[in-house]
Amino acid sequence: MAIDLPTVWAGIIAFSVLAYVVLDGFDLGVGILFPFFPHRGDRDLMTNSIAPVWDGNETWLVMGGGGLLAAFPVVYGTVLSALYMPIILMLLGLVFRGVAFEFRWRTIRGSIWWDVGFWLGSTVAAFCQGIALGALVQGITIVDRSYAGGWWDWLTPFTILTGLAVVIGYALLGATWLNLKTTGSLQARARTLSMITGAGTLGLIGIVSLWSPFINASYFERWFAFPAAYYSAFVPLMLAGCAFALWQGLTADKHLQPFLAALGLFVISFVGIGISFYPYIVPTALTIEEAAAPDSSLQFLLVGAVVLIPVILAYTGYAYWVFRGKMDPEEGYH
Amino acid sequence: MDYGLTAEMLARIQFAFTVSFHFIFPAFSIGTASYLAVLNGLWLWKRDPAYLKLFEYWKTIFAVTFGMGVVSGIVMSYQFGTNWSVFSERAGAVIGPLMGYEILTAFFLEAGFLGIMLFGRKRVGDTLHMVAVVVVAIGTLISATWILSVNSWMHTPAGYGIDANGNFVPEDWWAIVFNPSFPYRLVHTVLAAFLTTAFVVGAVGAFHLLRDRTNRQAQIMFSMAMWMAAIVTPMQIFAGDMHGLNTLEHQPAKIAAMEGHFESHPDGAPLILFGIPNEAEQRIEYGIEIPKLSSLILKHDLNAPLEGLDAFPEDERPPVMIPFFAFRIMVGIGFLMLGVGVWSLWARYRKTLYTNGLLHRAALVMGPSGFVAVLAGWFTTEVGRQPFTVYGLMRTSESLSPVDAPAVGASLTAFVVVYFLVFGAGVFYLLRLMKRTPMVDDDHELDKGPHRAAGINPGPAQEDTIRAGASSHGH
Ligand code: HDD
Ligand code: HEM
Ligand code: HEM
Repeated sequence: MAIDLPTVWAGIIAFSVLAYVVLDGFDLGVGILFPFFPHRGDRDLMTNSIAPVWDGNETWLVMGGGGLLAAFPVVYGTVLSALYMPIILMLLGLVFRGVAFEFRWRTIRGSIWWDVGFWLGSTVAAFCQGIALGALVQGITIVDRSYAGGWWDWLTPFTILTGLAVVIGYALLGATWLNLKTTGSLQARARTLSMITGAGTLGLIGIVSLWSPFINASYFERWFAFPAAYYSAFVPLMLAGCAFALWQGLTADKHLQPFLAALGLFVISFVGIGISFYPYIVPTALTIEEAAAPDSSLQFLLVGAVVLIPVILAYTGYAYWVFRGKMDPEEGYH
Repeated sequence: MDYGLTAEMLARIQFAFTVSFHFIFPAFSIGTASYLAVLNGLWLWKRDPAYLKLFEYWKTIFAVTFGMGVVSGIVMSYQFGTNWSVFSERAGAVIGPLMGYEILTAFFLEAGFLGIMLFGRKRVGDTLHMVAVVVVAIGTLISATWILSVNSWMHTPAGYGIDANGNFVPEDWWAIVFNPSFPYRLVHTVLAAFLTTAFVVGAVGAFHLLRDRTNRQAQIMFSMAMWMAAIVTPMQIFAGDMHGLNTLEHQPAKIAAMEGHFESHPDGAPLILFGIPNEAEQRIEYGIEIPKLSSLILKHDLNAPLEGLDAFPEDERPPVMIPFFAFRIMVGIGFLMLGVGVWSLWARYRKTLYTNGLLHRAALVMGPSGFVAVLAGWFTTEVGRQPFTVYGLMRTSESLSPVDAPAVGASLTAFVVVYFLVFGAGVFYLLRLMKRTPMVDDDHELDKGPHRAAGINPGPAQEDTIRAGASSHGH
């Protein structure tokens, strides 16, 4: 039996996007939470906890985009031109976020401005990613394999809601990451913020999930019609499990469990979105099959991906391992 | 905000602006990464703290540059879709996998080991730290290799077929990756990156020698940089010449534009040293020419015929102004670099390398020359490819996304504002970092930052591998 290359590639791209969302999600979340930490010393620790890993985290975004260009060029072209404005804004946000790590150390008086840039950049990038997700769920007008909608189609109440949900969700990831990496008053504050953002995330996941089936009939059938509903019911059940683990971990002052539970929330929501989309890659406009590049392209890159992605995961894991453990506020500062 | 320009023109300006900004950073970080690997190697080999301190000095500069390279690069990877969606759709099956390999083999590698290189010496020990430094350097070179393969394919497409929808489909990957102009462009661009770094390092060394000619670290920097200038510049000029011959074979119209040849010369073409192209009247004004030299350089024969722009259909001719001037700027800088290299050899021979103030001033002035040459080179190449994105096969006007001029104009404005603000500040900080006097016991206020051990406890398993003398954080 020949393997179904387009589906394999859809899987690889989905994996990259998920890796991006959970990994850069906690980086961006740390940035989103900046205003809640007025002491510069706290913010130093916060940025330093992600400084060694943010670049690798962000590379998954490049992988998602690059994978689309290689495996589904028509999706890359149409979706990015449909989402022209949010994508450009996201990129500009990431510019501010990325340079702030170094720049905030290179100046004394100007440092606060880079901290503001770090916060704003992280928040804008997260919000635009949420908008992009919402716009995809809501559907993109494609005629003859090119974008045929208007310039503001992406801006609706639903996409603003998904934008907000991603900002709060990333803030949850960031807060639980800080709970894991820090001690003392910083950690105590991170724990409180985890509670608040955790409740917010769950509420918003609920609203988005209830709303989206009404946007598109095919989602409705996937989730509420029998017998499909038997299978899709496991998603809300597992969400409830993660929510419990998050709450229990935070109240019992555990350090790793809340972070893993927050990651779990994201993974399961992502699976839920996957259930809604399949077999489409752009809902109701392009299926995985019809959007795929020729087999020769998929094959050529798959050879590399199969060998290299495990290697990448191994050395990325190693880099996290090297920088494991709690941050020490006493070390390395004047 | 369409500034009275078409969406196509605005999209081109936006692409040129963002990619030019992007390339400035890799042009420097490719060379610096290798330079850091050499410095760290010298430190481990000789255990002379001067090298360790130099490593730390340039590491901070590298970190700032690299960060800007990464964020401007991420913008690039999405610009193909936002601005050139038709191009992406039609050529994606060919160029996408090459960029995919760049991500898998280079970007992850750089990113994965960058943290260890910058912050991890204490945690992983000297050997693994050295591995990380070398891996990052190799990563930058792998990255250059793939992206230049992509770019070269757009200049000299090979190994493809065209399907019923008009899309490019890959037929022979070997021919695609090693397309005819790729080897030349790779060699020329990587050497350019090394030269760019060498002249920056040389200028910083010269600056500090002018203040204190006995500063040992300034001497080391200056000497290393001048060796590079003396050895690599001739190689670069040779590589550039070969590159030109290759272009003549595959893109003769571009050569005609670079040379300013509006007319064909059936019996020996002159070399136009200077002049002002008048595109409306298709001639060079105020030209200073050397008869027959162009044919000698390009065909190695004084009387060989050479085609001018009049040999090509009017709608397939590139603009002349930019390639003509940009090419002369690049070549002019190449010869100036050669001059500095030869001068430094002479000074070395006379044992005045660290005392010749005039040489130091010249090296200081030449500090930014690599960046100018690199951008001039890209402008020559890219504008000379016009009016095509995929040479001879797909026009720029057909490549554009279905975007409105005001949308592109607005994003272009945002890019210009943000880039000048952010990267302007970055360049300012870089200059300030380069102004720090390199000293063996240096402890500068601005040298603190996340590379200071990142404020994390070493994992228990690593504690015993830390070597007292090897600490990078012992300030
Ligand atoms: C430090 C940088 C630097 C220096 C000193 C030079 N170049 Fe260069 N040149 C580049 C940096 C560069 C570049 C940035 O790497 C380009 C742009 C794109 C490319 O392929 O290489 C380039 C392009 C380029 C091209 C265009 C190739 C094409 O058609 O695509 C030619 C013919 C030359 N160069 C020739 C020369 C000659 C004869 C030089 C010396 C006298 C020279 N270059 C010095
Ligand atoms: C890094 C240095 C580079 C510089 C300074 C540069 C410069 C330029 C300039 C000035 C243009 C506009 C030409 C015109 O419209 O007259 C352009 C266009 C373009 N370049 Fe490059 N370029 C660079 C690298 C690349 C690379 C590596 C690629 C491909 C991977 C690339 C692909 C394109 C594309 C797609 C366009 C738009 C279509 C076009 O106008 O040709 N460029 N670039
Ligand atoms: C239009 C073409 C280009 C695109 C789409 C592009 C894309 C990117 C991206 C996405 C990154 C960030 C990688 C990360 O996350 O770590 C990056 C960085 C980098 N790029 Fe580019 N790039 C282009 C042109 C070039 C060229 C022409 C070169 C060199 C010849 C180059 C060399 C590098 C290097 C060495 C880095 C590492 C960061 C740095 O050194 O500053 N790129 N590029």
